[in-house]
Amino acid sequence: MKKFISLFSIGLFLGIIFIKSEVASWFRIYEMFQFKSFHMYGIIGSAIVLGIIITTYLKSSQAKDFSGKQIIIKPKEKGFTRYILGGVIFGLGWGLAGACPGPMFVLIGTFLPSILVLIVGALLGTFLYGVLKEKLPH
Amino acid sequence: MDLIYSTWPWYVAGPLISFTMILLLKMGKKFGMSSNLRTMCSIGGAGKFVDFFKFDWKKDVWNLYVVAGVIAGGFIALQFLSPTAPQLNKEVVIKLQELGINSTNTTFLPTELFSLKSLLTIKGFAIILIGGFLVGFGARYAGGCTSGHAISGLSNLQIPSLIAVIGFFIGGLVMVHLIFPIIF
Repeated sequence: MKKFISLFSIGLFLGIIFIKSEVASWFRIYEMFQFKSFHMYGIIGSAIVLGIIITTYLKSSQAKDFSGKQIIIKPKEKGFTRYILGGVIFGLGWGLAGACPGPMFVLIGTFLPSILVLIVGALLGTFLYGVLKEKLPH
Repeated sequence: MDLIYSTWPWYVAGPLISFTMILLLKMGKKFGMSSNLRTMCSIGGAGKFVDFFKFDWKKDVWNLYVVAGVIAGGFIALQFLSPTAPQLNKEVVIKLQELGINSTNTTFLPTELFSLKSLLTIKGFAIILIGGFLVGFGARYAGGCTSGHAISGLSNLQIPSLIAVIGFFIGGLVMVHLIFPIIF
């Protein structure tokens, strides 16, 4: 239960950030791909820069998590094809729908039926990837 | 109060996002949203048809707790914390008008794309469904999305994540600059 409350609270906090910073807005994503505003680049950029500093610190100091276990971040599998092809397909959807997976969930609170269609689409896409996985170049 | 009701600037939102990533690492977890879509497929029984969904999804249920929080946080912010209508650059407003989108600067999401009225047209429905489909398919193919690759992966200096993020931008730019003029 404690674990549920902690993780739920982190999500709650994240959900509020997604709305209040407008990253869950289709308009902000469009504006980003037009290079007409610093807003999205500032958010993603500052999150990454700060993320690099803290992640490097956590790794070099062999920091432990709250339960006392050493924090180990699994490296991503090496490769090229899957990352570039998957990335481009994801980007096409991100540009069209103006929402990536986090914002999709956060937008449920708009009560717009289209958000449910969006999520169903994402689930269908995930499912089809699973079906085609062995046939796709990775 | 101003901080609650107005748009949060990038230098507040960006660091807060890294903060949530660190909290998840300190909880012994990781920050990644799209893997939840796979978990949901598995819970829905997709493992009966496809091996990719036959995995020990109970290990990943913790991430659905985060999703539940995200949904609740979105609900609270959208219903009670006066969500702002993004105020866009003038040139962008004109570009959007040329595409037939006139709700700019007045709503959080464009009504021309997300309203029920639009959803009930073939084109409106297709745009939303295909948009979601590409996000879901691409995220799993690339092994992560904006949170898993752009934030977590780049924070950990992962080359695969850099390749994926370059892909995200190629796809987004192609959609907005080359495909939008055809579909709108």
